[in-house]
Amino acid sequence: MSSYAPVGGRLVTPVTVVLGGLFGISVFLLVIRFINGLGAVSNLNDGYTWGIWVVVDIVIGTAFACGGYAMALLVYVFNKGQYHSLVRPALLASMFGYTLGGLAVLFDLGRWWNFWHLISPAYFNVNSVMFEVGACVFLYVIVMWIEFLPAFLEKLGINRLRQKLNKMMFLFIALGILLPTMHQSSLGTMMVVFGRMIDPLWQTNMLPLLFVLSAYTMGLSVVIFEASISAEGFKRQRETRLLGQMSTVIVGLILIYLAIRIGDIIARGELSRIYSNGFLSGMFLVEMALFLIPVLILLTKRARSSAALLFVAAVSMLLAGSLYRIDTMLVAFNPGSEYSYFPSIPEMLITIGIISFEILAYIVLAKYLPVLHQEKQAGATGELRSL
Amino acid sequence: MKRRDFLKGVVGSCAAMATVSGSVEARGNNPRLPGAVGLLFDSTLCVGCKACVTACKQANDKVLDVPADKPYLDRTMHLSPDALNVIKMYKNGKPEVKDREVDGFAFQKQSCMHCVDPSCVSVCPVQALLKDGTTGVVTYDKDACIGCRYCVASCPFQIPKFNYDDPFPEIHKCQLCNHLWSENKFSACADVCPTGATLYGPVEKLMAEAKRRTSLNPGEVTRFPRRDIEGKEFGREQKVVKYVDRIYGEKEGGGTQMLMLSGVPFDKQGLPDLHERSSASVSETIQHTLYSGLVAPAVILAGLVGVARRNTKNHTDESPEEDAHE
Repeated sequence: MSSYAPVGGRLVTPVTVVLGGLFGISVFLLVIRFINGLGAVSNLNDGYTWGIWVVVDIVIGTAFACGGYAMALLVYVFNKGQYHSLVRPALLASMFGYTLGGLAVLFDLGRWWNFWHLISPAYFNVNSVMFEVGACVFLYVIVMWIEFLPAFLEKLGINRLRQKLNKMMFLFIALGILLPTMHQSSLGTMMVVFGRMIDPLWQTNMLPLLFVLSAYTMGLSVVIFEASISAEGFKRQRETRLLGQMSTVIVGLILIYLAIRIGDIIARGELSRIYSNGFLSGMFLVEMALFLIPVLILLTKRARSSAALLFVAAVSMLLAGSLYRIDTMLVAFNPGSEYSYFPSIPEMLITIGIISFEILAYIVLAKYLPVLHQEKQAGATGELRSL
Repeated sequence: MKRRDFLKGVVGSCAAMATVSGSVEARGNNPRLPGAVGLLFDSTLCVGCKACVTACKQANDKVLDVPADKPYLDRTMHLSPDALNVIKMYKNGKPEVKDREVDGFAFQKQSCMHCVDPSCVSVCPVQALLKDGTTGVVTYDKDACIGCRYCVASCPFQIPKFNYDDPFPEIHKCQLCNHLWSENKFSACADVCPTGATLYGPVEKLMAEAKRRTSLNPGEVTRFPRRDIEGKEFGREQKVVKYVDRIYGEKEGGGTQMLMLSGVPFDKQGLPDLHERSSASVSETIQHTLYSGLVAPAVILAGLVGVARRNTKNHTDESPEEDAHE
């Protein structure tokens, strides 16, 4: 027996039906997208050629999917074995986040039938940051499926292969830490080439460092977020003490992030833009506030042992990291006054549909595969109908 | 694993990375190619006839947009998949005098600048956009393209255009009519231009001509070459208008192979004020510092494998009994 167990329970519940419905709508809209082109469902244009499919589905989506990366680094590199029970659920969410982020790339690629050029040496352009991101994300998705394979093998009762795989797992764990470090930072580097098209409050050569730091912190936060939701939704024991302990790491990382962010703005002599930049100054301050809220909340030990406050802090950090990405890639990006962009309703529905599918698949797999940490007392599987 | 061992590993990796980064030179701007060809656009010579817009469309098999009563006048105002070259008008106050900033007007050509160090070529993940090693023409290959539109987003001049209403879209941009070279023809826009406002030729010669023009005194009469600077064909003799003291494209964004002269400041005509260092060189310096030869990632991976190997022994997914009989 492993220390993880399936949650069990019924598949058809109000929650899964709604998620399925939202996913169905997005499939319908995607059919239209593939028949009539990107413009048929989106407001993308030559000024804002990347919209929410890139920024939310891929860039923010994969940052939300950094839970596996964050836990692996904490548990296997910093040897914090006490967090081991959080690894597999985090890995499952990451695997889905990345796999679907990869699929979302296909909806957004204009010439999607050529997508394999990204991993074909004949086409490689090693100068391209996007090549690095594409190849790296592709490899990482494979690595995560291998890391998750023991859960499938356990379910199917193929134990010899599982044991063999587990013995080699350290190789994939190491890759599973290196690869996200590489492409999460590269997602920041990707914006450097836009030069003066991005406002100086956001445009900096520090983008790779800021992106990977915030992605890692979002990864830790999403673990708290998911553990809280799982505890509520699957009616499981809370892991508040463990999560509270981990939240101190989040506070430290946010402080490092803010020090680099602000220090860099001062060093480049752009500090006055924080108040003299109109709407963008406002966006910057909202961003800063969202980063500071978790720091302030988690200062006291009492707050760190409150499930509700931990949840609020995690949500604030996730919003902060998301807004940072939206600001950098859309709000602070100015291709000229003749262009404007706000996502269309079908565009948003497709994004919502993809997220719905992700949550749906997580629920289904958590019910049928040994993913969540096994409960100590028996009988906890009695109340499972809420999800 | 002990914390001390881990720290040792980290210090080692960082030292290795520092050595690697130290050996990677910051990539400067790519140099101009000696055989580069391009265009010289002189706004003071342009009369706004838009013959170049029509000729460009005909040369590149694009649909004309002409009213029935004026079949010679293409109405296209903006670059699009169907228009790789447009002429835009600058107007200020009462537009009375041509090439004057205040209460004046001017014409501006908009088409691919064929950057010396193009962002689009640097960012394209699949080499669909390439800069020709001899002529420096920035070319596009739809068969390689995945349609990610990084080129569209990264171009500081907003040149590459994409069909959003086509299930089989492509990137569309000027390729300097390189498909006509085999017929001994050159860029249709320059070929057709009646005044020589758009002039084709080797960039070195175009640059020398641009410098000659800006060094002339306003009011002086001179002859302006037409079509191809090497073709020895001249338009009419004309008085020199006062130029802005700048050859746009000499240094902007690392330089371009389309050079521009104007009587009205370039930023007033919507051309971006770019750093002299190309964006591609900034981005590639970061990228190559981190990934040159994949040395840094390999070193870090080695460290991670060692650490992960030890630590997975401490706490595996398996329970102790199972490990015992392995």
